[in-house]
Amino acid sequence: MAQQLHVELVAVEERVWSGEAEMVVARTTEGELGVLPGHAPLLGQLAEPGQVRIKLPGGEQVSYEVAGGFLSVSSEGVTVLAESATPVSAAQSR
Amino acid sequence: MAAQVRVLRQRIRSAKGMKKITKAMELVATSRIAKAQARVEASLPYARAITGVLTALASNARIDHPLLTPRERVRRAGVLLVTADRGLAGGYSSNAIKTAESLIARLRADGKEPVLYVIGRKGVGFFRFRDRPIEANWTGFSEQPTFADAREVGDTLIKAFSAGTEGDTEAAGVAGVDELHIVYTEFHSLMTQTPVARIIGPMQVEDRPRSEGVLPAYEFEPEAEALLDALLPKYINTRIYAALLESAASESAARRRAMKSATDNAEEMIEKYTREMNSARQAGITQEISEIVGGANALAASGSEV
Repeated sequence: MAQQLHVELVAVEERVWSGEAEMVVARTTEGELGVLPGHAPLLGQLAEPGQVRIKLPGGEQVSYEVAGGFLSVSSEGVTVLAESATPVSAAQSR
Repeated sequence: MAAQVRVLRQRIRSAKGMKKITKAMELVATSRIAKAQARVEASLPYARAITGVLTALASNARIDHPLLTPRERVRRAGVLLVTADRGLAGGYSSNAIKTAESLIARLRADGKEPVLYVIGRKGVGFFRFRDRPIEANWTGFSEQPTFADAREVGDTLIKAFSAGTEGDTEAAGVAGVDELHIVYTEFHSLMTQTPVARIIGPMQVEDRPRSEGVLPAYEFEPEAEALLDALLPKYINTRIYAALLESAASESAARRRAMKSATDNAEEMIEKYTREMNSARQAGITQEISEIVGGANALAASGSEV
């Protein structure tokens, strides 16, 4: 896996998470989708309440409960905009 | 003489007490500036991201959203004024109010009726005292605004703006407006903060200079129009939140400066009174000595005669 995805999860009051990941899974109002490196540019509104799962290169995964969120995929990477984002513990997200 | 020394000593003591208080306030304000600046910093990634998303969206979708198009006839204009909750911040609140007043005068001259929305107890007090109507006010968070506060304000404003004045909605309980202005204090540096009036509705999305010729064709989920619908109110809230944060930083900076000059003044006064007290005490001693010498001389003179 040479290619990686640059992911930024920003809430209004602070940057919550940023780094490299293999895949981002989120649910927009239209349905669940996964973003891999090289995804076409996309703008989406996240479903409410929505969970955003970020799969890290090591096979680990971080999840956030996101309210009022948007997903933006561009050539630079993935940006998740959220009004608030709270981490979900690993046990719950599985 | 002794009485004068006592009075001066009393004054020095009270000046010292004041100095302690103003110094403490100065230190508190200083630490608050740093905190407020950190929060401004922390809110930047989101602001940048949402602006980027909107720019992408605006260049892909037709822009005829009600929040973006100027109304043909503007009857009422909403003015959101950001002031402080507490005083002792120099001219911070009054400068913001002055800027708002000149904006209101300008709106009136253009035949628009201003509708006031006020944040901060100082601004509310100002308009209440003059018996001027305030459409809505919010207090209690001027120094540490959260996004929830900004959202509350934003929701009210967006509701009024969406209602508009077409076919007067006053019966519905909302005084609609056709324009939205915000007056807040920009933070330039620790020494300079300037109150500014900005228009937030209809909105102008800040265009970034486009480096690449063609923007990537975006996919939208849901439709671009629906996305715009959901995004624009959030964008307004973000703008309001940014204005609140910047105002909070300015407020602390203004307070720090005011308290610093108060501390300096107190120091000056203490020095002046100490000098006065010393010379009064010295004068008292000199007088006593001359009285004693005079008395001894008189005794000696009278003794020599006997």
